[in-house]
Amino acid sequence: MSALAAAASTTSTGEAVQFWVLGTVAVIGALCTILMKKAVHSALCLAGTMIILAVFYLANGAYFLGVVQVVVYTGAIMMLFLFVVMLVGVTAADSLTETIKGQRWLAALCGLGFGILLIAGIANAKLTHFNGLGRVNSAGHVEGLAELIFTRYIFAFEITGALLITAAVGAMVLTHRERTERAATQRELAERRVREGVQLPPLPAPGVYARHNAVDIAGLLPDGTPSELTVNKTLRARGQIRDVSSEALEDLKALEQKSAERLGREEASK
Amino acid sequence: MNPVNYLYLAALLFTIGAAGVLIRKNAIVLFMCVELMLNACNLAFVAFSRMHGNLDGQIIAFFTMVVAAAEVVVGLAIIVSLFRTRHSASVDDASLMKL
Repeated sequence: MSALAAAASTTSTGEAVQFWVLGTVAVIGALCTILMKKAVHSALCLAGTMIILAVFYLANGAYFLGVVQVVVYTGAIMMLFLFVVMLVGVTAADSLTETIKGQRWLAALCGLGFGILLIAGIANAKLTHFNGLGRVNSAGHVEGLAELIFTRYIFAFEITGALLITAAVGAMVLTHRERTERAATQRELAERRVREGVQLPPLPAPGVYARHNAVDIAGLLPDGTPSELTVNKTLRARGQIRDVSSEALEDLKALEQKSAERLGREEASK
Repeated sequence: MNPVNYLYLAALLFTIGAAGVLIRKNAIVLFMCVELMLNACNLAFVAFSRMHGNLDGQIIAFFTMVVAAAEVVVGLAIIVSLFRTRHSASVDDASLMKL
């Protein structure tokens, strides 16, 4: 413990190397979070940044917080994000149209100005050394934290409990949906389909028989155009339909070119 | 290494998060940017705790994490219910107080 406490009051070369390497990765992860098009990629980049922050907490002597960061943030909160992306994210790719003209560039400019202001403010402060946590950790790190939480911050701690219960109840109230009407039976669904008369038989199957049978390949109509109806609704919403209608023509073209080349070479050799 | 470097990193991450909130339109990504800003603040708190040699900064960071967890639960519930009514997670579509 004493060695750890001593290490916390000075910064070793190892810590500097760790800071510059992991700090760079953290900033890249943060940038990817805001620049990636798909929400899943953003979530993964953010999880990486959070793990690196956990390492920084450990390096700064906040052992309890480092572990809590991994367990709570990357373990619970980011997984919750991924669950919601799974529920919502099918069509959640960002639209690239700007509602307010030039908003993107103005926002980037504002961010840049804010960052310069913040960093210049910190640069003006005279912060040259760490005092280290050796004194406060003398009775043990977690014991020191517990003593503070249960004495000086006991009121905030209890309020936090109330907040957590309110949040849990709030989440349930917001997402709970009472079923007000009976679910339609299969017979009623069939009758409705006949009444509407849009698509009476089952939907056509995907895949182009004898060449492809993957679910993301649209079946071809007699005139050679792909039919969107054959592909699953989720894949359609994601825009993940593979169109193979032009492949056959390209194959033929490649074959013709190859044979033309060979014939041309044979003619040249003669 | 100068301890102020940790503060620079925290400021940089906070700025990136703030810019993300302004730039992005997807409610989920927007929320992730807010989380990034909270994390940057936590890093600054932890670094300050080590600079001043007391544990109060770490306690505040701990409370920030608890509040962030509560906030995420409610916020994601709001996003899910918004998506159910509007079939879109874009914040531009949520321009009315009720459907």
